[in-house]
Amino acid sequence: MSKPLTLFEKIWNEHVVADLGDGFSLLFIDRHNVNDMGARAFITLEKMNLPLRHPELNLAAADHMVATLCGPLDPSSVTSPYVLTARKYAEKFGVRLLDIGNDYHGILHVSAAELGFALPGTTIVCGDSHTCTLGALGAVAWGIGQSEAVHVMATQTSVQRKPKNMRVTLTGTVPAGVTPKDVMLYIIGQMGVAGATGHALEFAGPVIEAMPMEGRFTLCNMAVETGARFGLMAPDDTTAEYVNGRPDAPTGADWDAAVAYWQTLRSDDGAAFDQELTLDVSNIEPQVTWGINPGQVVGIGDAIPESNAEVDRRALDYTKLEEGAAIKGTPIDMVFIGSCTNSRISDLRAAAAAAKGRKVADGVTAWVVPGCQSIKQQAEAEGLDKTFIEAGFMWGQPGCSMCGGSGNEHTEIGKPGTRIVSTTNRNFVGRQGVGTYTHLVSPLTAVASATTGRIADVRDLEGADV
Amino acid sequence: MSEKFVSVTGAAAPLLRANIDTDTISPTRTEKEFGEKGGSNLAQFLFANWRYDENDNPLPDFVLNRTSFKSAKILLTGPNFGCGSSRESAVWMLKAFGISCVIAPSFGEIFYNNCFKNGALPVILDEATIDGLAKEAEPGEPEAIFTVDLESQTIATPSGKTVPFTIPAFRRQGLLEGLDEISLTLQRDAEISEFATRAKQSRPWAYPNS
Repeated sequence: MSKPLTLFEKIWNEHVVADLGDGFSLLFIDRHNVNDMGARAFITLEKMNLPLRHPELNLAAADHMVATLCGPLDPSSVTSPYVLTARKYAEKFGVRLLDIGNDYHGILHVSAAELGFALPGTTIVCGDSHTCTLGALGAVAWGIGQSEAVHVMATQTSVQRKPKNMRVTLTGTVPAGVTPKDVMLYIIGQMGVAGATGHALEFAGPVIEAMPMEGRFTLCNMAVETGARFGLMAPDDTTAEYVNGRPDAPTGADWDAAVAYWQTLRSDDGAAFDQELTLDVSNIEPQVTWGINPGQVVGIGDAIPESNAEVDRRALDYTKLEEGAAIKGTPIDMVFIGSCTNSRISDLRAAAAAAKGRKVADGVTAWVVPGCQSIKQQAEAEGLDKTFIEAGFMWGQPGCSMCGGSGNEHTEIGKPGTRIVSTTNRNFVGRQGVGTYTHLVSPLTAVASATTGRIADVRDLEGADV
Repeated sequence: MSEKFVSVTGAAAPLLRANIDTDTISPTRTEKEFGEKGGSNLAQFLFANWRYDENDNPLPDFVLNRTSFKSAKILLTGPNFGCGSSRESAVWMLKAFGISCVIAPSFGEIFYNNCFKNGALPVILDEATIDGLAKEAEPGEPEAIFTVDLESQTIATPSGKTVPFTIPAFRRQGLLEGLDEISLTLQRDAEISEFATRAKQSRPWAYPNS
C-alpha cells in the first residue's frame, strides 16, 4: 500500500524532472501563459540568445494594457509598449497570441480555460499572481515572477520548493443571494490574508462538488489572497463537461485517456494535510470588504468591526469608514463588474437577471466588462448586453480593465475619493486609482449597489429573484 | 551570472506595517514607463504613494525620506511583506533605491522568490526580534549601522548583538555564488528532453502539438 497522497502531491510528483535537494524540485511546465505585462520576459530571452524551448506550450494575450471601455478597438490603433512587445515577440518566437479581435481575446486566466488550453492534471504558470484561478480545473497553477518566466521559456521547467498542503472543506448549503464570490470572501475573512502562506490550498467538500465550474474559478482565483500561491480542486464530471469540446481540448482516444487519468486526481483517504479547516456556509450573507485587504470583510448586514489592530485602524483611516457603522447603505460612485474573478457568462447572466427592469442610480457610473471575447459573444447572443445597457450600465470590451487600474491611453481608473463597488479580487490602497476606495463584492451585490447608489443587499431588491 | 548577495552594511529602515503589498511597493501607475526591467526611475518610484504628496513633493515623515534613512540598505517590516501582485518591479525598485535585504516575519511567496533572482535577501525573523532590531535601528545613520552576512547567516546590530537567521541552503548557495539558474538548468538539457518524451507518451492528451 503506497503512502496516501494529496491531489496537489499527485500532480506535483508527476512533473518532477529532478530532485534538487533541500525540498526543491525541477518541475516540468505543461503550460506557460504570457500576458502583455509579462511579455518583457521575451526581451531577456532574446538578449540571452536562447530559443523558446516549446513555443506550442506558450499562450500570450493582450489583457492588462488594452482599452476596454471605449467600444471595439482597431488593433492597429494600440500604442501600449506592453502590447506591442507581446506582438513583436509572439511573432518572433512563434507563440499564439490572443490579440484584440481574436475570438478568445481577453483576460488570460479566463481565456486559457475558455479555449481549453489549460487542462486538469497539468502544471500551469504565468507571470501573474492570479494564475491560481486555473487550479479550479484540477491543475497545479501558480503565479511566477518575470525572471522565473524567462527560466520557463528557456527550459520548460521551473525550480520550485514543494509547499505544504492545506485543505478547506466547505459544508452546508449556500443560501439564496449568496454566490461563490461571497463564499470565498468569507473564507478569506476566516483565514486572513496570510492564513495559507507556504501552502497549496485545496478546496473540497459537498459545496465544491455541487458548485458549477465557473464558481470554482472564482474561489481558486482568490486563493492567493489567503497567501497561498496555489489553489486547486479535484477534477470531476463537472470539470470534464466544462472542458469537453473546447477548441484546445483533447479529442478521441486522447480525451478518453485524459478523463481516465483525471479521475485518479483526488486526495487519497488518509492523505496528510499540514492544516485543515472546515467551514459551514449555510448561514453566510453576501460579503463586502470594508478595508484595504480582502480579509477585512463582513456580511452585508453586519457592522464594520471594532478593532484596535494597527492594520484595521489604518484601513478605516484610508477608506473613510467608521467602526461600528453599518456597511450597507454606504453611498458609492462607481460599480465595476468584471475581472478574472467574476467576468464569466454565469456572472453576467446573474448580474443581468438582477439588473433587468432597474436603472443605475443617478451619479453612479457602472461598467460591465466581459472576461473574454467568447463570453462577450455568448452574452450578446443572449441579449445580456441589451439588459445592461437599458439599465444604464456601460458594456465594455474584454480585458483586465478597472481591476488593477493599469490604465492606458483611455485612462480607466477612478479619481481620488471615488468609492468603487467592484467584483474584482484586490482592494489594496490605490488599486483602482490613486486615492480610490474599493469594496469587493459579488456581481449580485454590485448590481444591487449600482441600482440603489449605495452598498446594497440584492435580497432587499423588490422582485429580485435570487 | 546572476547578481550575488554576500553581505550588506548600512542603516535599517523600520517600516513596521503588516501586509505591505507589491502595488504599494511598486505602484501600478509607475509601470507606464516601459522597460525590460521597469523604467529608468525605479528608485524614485519605490513606495511612491507613501513618499510623495499629490504634487509629488516628498513627505518628510516617511521613513525613507528622513535624512538618516535616505541611504538605508536594509528594510525592517511587518508580516506578509510583498503580498499580492507578482510584479518583479517591487524587488527592482527596492534594489534601485539601495535596499538589498528585507527582514520580515513572513513574505508574499512570489516576492520572496523574486528576491533571489535579483541578488536581494529576504530574511524571516519573528516579530519580537524584528521589534528589537527596529528599536536599535531608530537613530539611523550614522549611529545605527547593521551588517547582514549571508555566509554566517547572522545580523550584527549596532549594540553588538548577533542575531542568527536561516536561508534554505539551496537559495543561500545560489545567492552567495551568483549562480545563473537558467545555465544550471540547461546543464540538465538531456534530462529535460527525456522527461518531455516520457510525458508525451504517458499523457499524450497534454501535448497534442509537441
